[in-house]
Amino acid sequence: MPGPLIESLARQGITRRTFLKYCATLASMMALPPSAGRAMAEAMAAARRPSVIWLPFQECTGCTESITRSHSPTIEGMIFDMISLDYQETLMAAAGHQAEAARLDAMQDNAGKYLLIVDGSVPLGLDGAYSCIGGRSNVEMLKEAAQGAAAIVAVGTCAAFGGIPKANPNPTGAVPVSDIVKDRPIVNIPGCPPIPVVMTGVLAHYLTFGSLPELDDKGRPKAFFGETIHDRCYRRPFYDRGKFAKTFDDEGARNGWCLFELGCKGPVTHNACATAKWNGGTSWPVESGHGCLGCSEPDFWDAGGFYKALSVPADPLRIAGVAAAAGAAVGVGLSFANRAKKGAAKKAHQPVTLADLEKS
Amino acid sequence: MNELQFLTWVRGPGLDLAVGLFLLGMAWRLFEIYSLGRKQDLAAPRHAAGASGLHTVFRRSMPPPGMLKRSPVSYLGGYIFHIGLVVVVFGFAPHILLIRNLTGLSWPGLPSQFVDLAAVVTMAAMVVVLVDRINKPVKRFLSTFEDWFTWMVTFLPVLTGWMAVQHLLLPYTTMLALHILSVEVLLVVLPFTKLLHVFTLFGSRWFNGKANAHKGVPV
Amino acid sequence: MSASLEKVTQTLKEVIDAPIASYFESCVHCGLCAEACLFYTETGDPKYTPIHKVEPLRRVYEQEYTLLGRLKKMVGLSRPITDEELDQWQELVYDSCTLCGRCSLICPVGNDITYMIRKFREGMAVSGHVPDGIRGATQRTVEIGGPMGLKWPAVANVLKKAEESTGLTIPVDQAGADYLVLLSSMEIVNYPEYIEALAKIFHKAGISFTLASDAFEATNAGIQIGASDIARVIVSRIVDAAERLKVKYVLSPECGHAYTAIRWEGPNLIGRPYQFEVVHVLEFLDGLRQKGALKMKDKFAEPLILHDPCQIVRRGGVLQAPEALIREVAENYIPVADQQKWNWCCGGGGGASAIHTDEAEALRAKAFGVKKRQIEAAGVKTMVTFCANCRIVMEEAIDHYEMDTKLLGLTELLAEHLED
Repeated sequence: MPGPLIESLARQGITRRTFLKYCATLASMMALPPSAGRAMAEAMAAARRPSVIWLPFQECTGCTESITRSHSPTIEGMIFDMISLDYQETLMAAAGHQAEAARLDAMQDNAGKYLLIVDGSVPLGLDGAYSCIGGRSNVEMLKEAAQGAAAIVAVGTCAAFGGIPKANPNPTGAVPVSDIVKDRPIVNIPGCPPIPVVMTGVLAHYLTFGSLPELDDKGRPKAFFGETIHDRCYRRPFYDRGKFAKTFDDEGARNGWCLFELGCKGPVTHNACATAKWNGGTSWPVESGHGCLGCSEPDFWDAGGFYKALSVPADPLRIAGVAAAAGAAVGVGLSFANRAKKGAAKKAHQPVTLADLEKS
Repeated sequence: MNELQFLTWVRGPGLDLAVGLFLLGMAWRLFEIYSLGRKQDLAAPRHAAGASGLHTVFRRSMPPPGMLKRSPVSYLGGYIFHIGLVVVVFGFAPHILLIRNLTGLSWPGLPSQFVDLAAVVTMAAMVVVLVDRINKPVKRFLSTFEDWFTWMVTFLPVLTGWMAVQHLLLPYTTMLALHILSVEVLLVVLPFTKLLHVFTLFGSRWFNGKANAHKGVPV
Repeated sequence: MSASLEKVTQTLKEVIDAPIASYFESCVHCGLCAEACLFYTETGDPKYTPIHKVEPLRRVYEQEYTLLGRLKKMVGLSRPITDEELDQWQELVYDSCTLCGRCSLICPVGNDITYMIRKFREGMAVSGHVPDGIRGATQRTVEIGGPMGLKWPAVANVLKKAEESTGLTIPVDQAGADYLVLLSSMEIVNYPEYIEALAKIFHKAGISFTLASDAFEATNAGIQIGASDIARVIVSRIVDAAERLKVKYVLSPECGHAYTAIRWEGPNLIGRPYQFEVVHVLEFLDGLRQKGALKMKDKFAEPLILHDPCQIVRRGGVLQAPEALIREVAENYIPVADQQKWNWCCGGGGGASAIHTDEAEALRAKAFGVKKRQIEAAGVKTMVTFCANCRIVMEEAIDHYEMDTKLLGLTELLAEHLED
């Protein structure tokens, strides 16, 4: 699709004004100064379409679905028009050797400049045999593609943190991208799936400033992952007042009270759901009455159960009963020993006489 | 180990271990202490109103006449931090949920702003009693490593809990995990330090009350 | 371990029981017991903190009866008690503790520290870590019959004088009497008026009584020094006499620790309940008062305060009678701030008054400060008490401070104002 982005947007009925507004919103969401919105719009409108290679590994395509298949065309979807998506198995028309050839061509033509997007985790078990494309393991492909990449975006929790494939007992030996690639800048956009606007925000930032946004210690853009769901949750006042839904259909649930007791992981989950929402701002999990699963955090699948409140034991107490019994046994044993000792002392008692009162 | 794994460990195996060691320690120590037995008092008892072991268990919670004035920091500081701990431990909704999960008992929680205030007041009172322990000749004279250690072990859960809620210093997840870990340390050391007074104080007051009640003296 | 330390440990192993274990485990080192102890409040020296006085006992408990303590002992992490240490503790356990029991009322976790000191003394006594004064009193009580070395002929002499001055007969060894009257040496020697007063009251009330020539002495240095075996020998004299004479009641004299010995420790020493009742003289008098049999002809007019002896009131349970009686006889009775079970000790109970080293005497004088302030605050010149030991200790202190306070015995005061 030739020509700058603004033209292709116009063709699809999106005015310059709408696009500017969108960029301003994006800028503010990323906590950039207001002027950045205009700069972003200008940069993106005129951008040369960078080459993007999207590698899918152990994944469910949910991330692609999230970003591309909204119920109606969105600006997020449109923005994909501004990149030259040279390889994306799910979306591309080519297949088999043709597709692989396209990937290799893109890598060669744009060596050192292309953006590598990865979704899915990388299995290392059995020399990577758990997931192969065209007979080549994911890990091999990743290493190869990473070499010429300007930056890597790990989309979705699987690519970012290993996700569900890595969940206990991790039969495929799945690892995140960051475990394999150490010498390229990596942005993690976790979420199961990730929020579309986060993806476009990162792309917009990259196109505008030629760099990746500021990241937190887990490689996530701070602008979107800087705060917890709990802190931005509209049900927070209920938490503070101690008003909790106890079941999914009690009065509290109907009144929209806090879902903490139903296992909401909002307090330990960093993501922008509470502010960005989903499906064009329609709703988000907590608003729909279900607690946060914590999907944008590493190992969320193994964090003690989705329906267990954070303050309750993650696992049932197994040794407590045995320990109490053992303690009682030790105690009873000591009781007998002590009583025997005391008894012996009493038995050995010599009547105290006046002579004893004299210092010996 | 990332912080969520850390949190999951302290909520899972860590808690199991800590509760296990606590129960083991408590059973062991209570048997050890109370199995030593005592002699029956053969003197003819004298009965007096208000004199019994049970009376003393309750009465000893009030300062004896004149003592409040004599040692205000000990009493006021002590009351504030003990009551504060009770409010924080048993009034904070997530704690109640834990107790419900472990025992099935439950009651309404207090507003979190109130619990937050109680935590701050508790910490302030604990710092005051610590300073008092350093300053007062008698307290300093009696103090051993155990006194400083148990202060720290009691203070840390309050501090980390409060910091977690306030998002201070470390991310909430890490702080929450540290908070739970600090409580687990408290649970493990409790049976083996003076913190055991939480339980033995009832026995001690009862013994004292009963022995004196035998003579008709409400103590 | 030396033979004497062996004895200490062996004895302490015998006396350590569940209450002692519970008390040690409950102590949080708050130091409030110091505020209850007149040796601390009057000197400000932290070593007089009551719980510190039983520190060697705590270590024996820990090393002998707790698993962790035994392990620590095995690997050499705990310090065993030493003779030098016990020497050092002798002052804390005897000179500066009167077993007054105030700390036991104040301890917020409920520790009966007095009980612990009493038990610790058992270990101190068997190894000879005792003050010469109390040892001497104990020896005299066992060998001669009383702590002051008083023998029956001397007592008989005093009784004879009392008979002469009152014109009443004082029965001796009379089987079947209602009351067996006990005395304390101090009363016999220093306050014979007590005997006269009592004779008058008995005759007036028409109640039969007797003295026993082989059991006139109520005091028991054995419980003060902390040697139960010796205390048993001493208390058995009274029990034997009372049961031989088949009396219904044994009347304990005003003396404080004598009351504790005969009323509370006695049955536990001999290992069975008595076949008679022990009544403190004030309980007896208050009984008469309640029946209207104690009528006063006039009242003592001067303002006065009351000193409640620890062993009779706080540790003995005679709580209400003293005040009821003093109100009967005194026109100007002024209650003090810390009275009844909250009273402050005279400074010489628990055997301390028998210690006559310079240090012990100086300490006692200092400890009297709290009583001195009470007297001065009330602005009185008269203090009434009902324990010969308290009385003599306080008289010494009053001399020491050159105060013009007069001390009176309550029974004696009552007798003086009794209707003829």
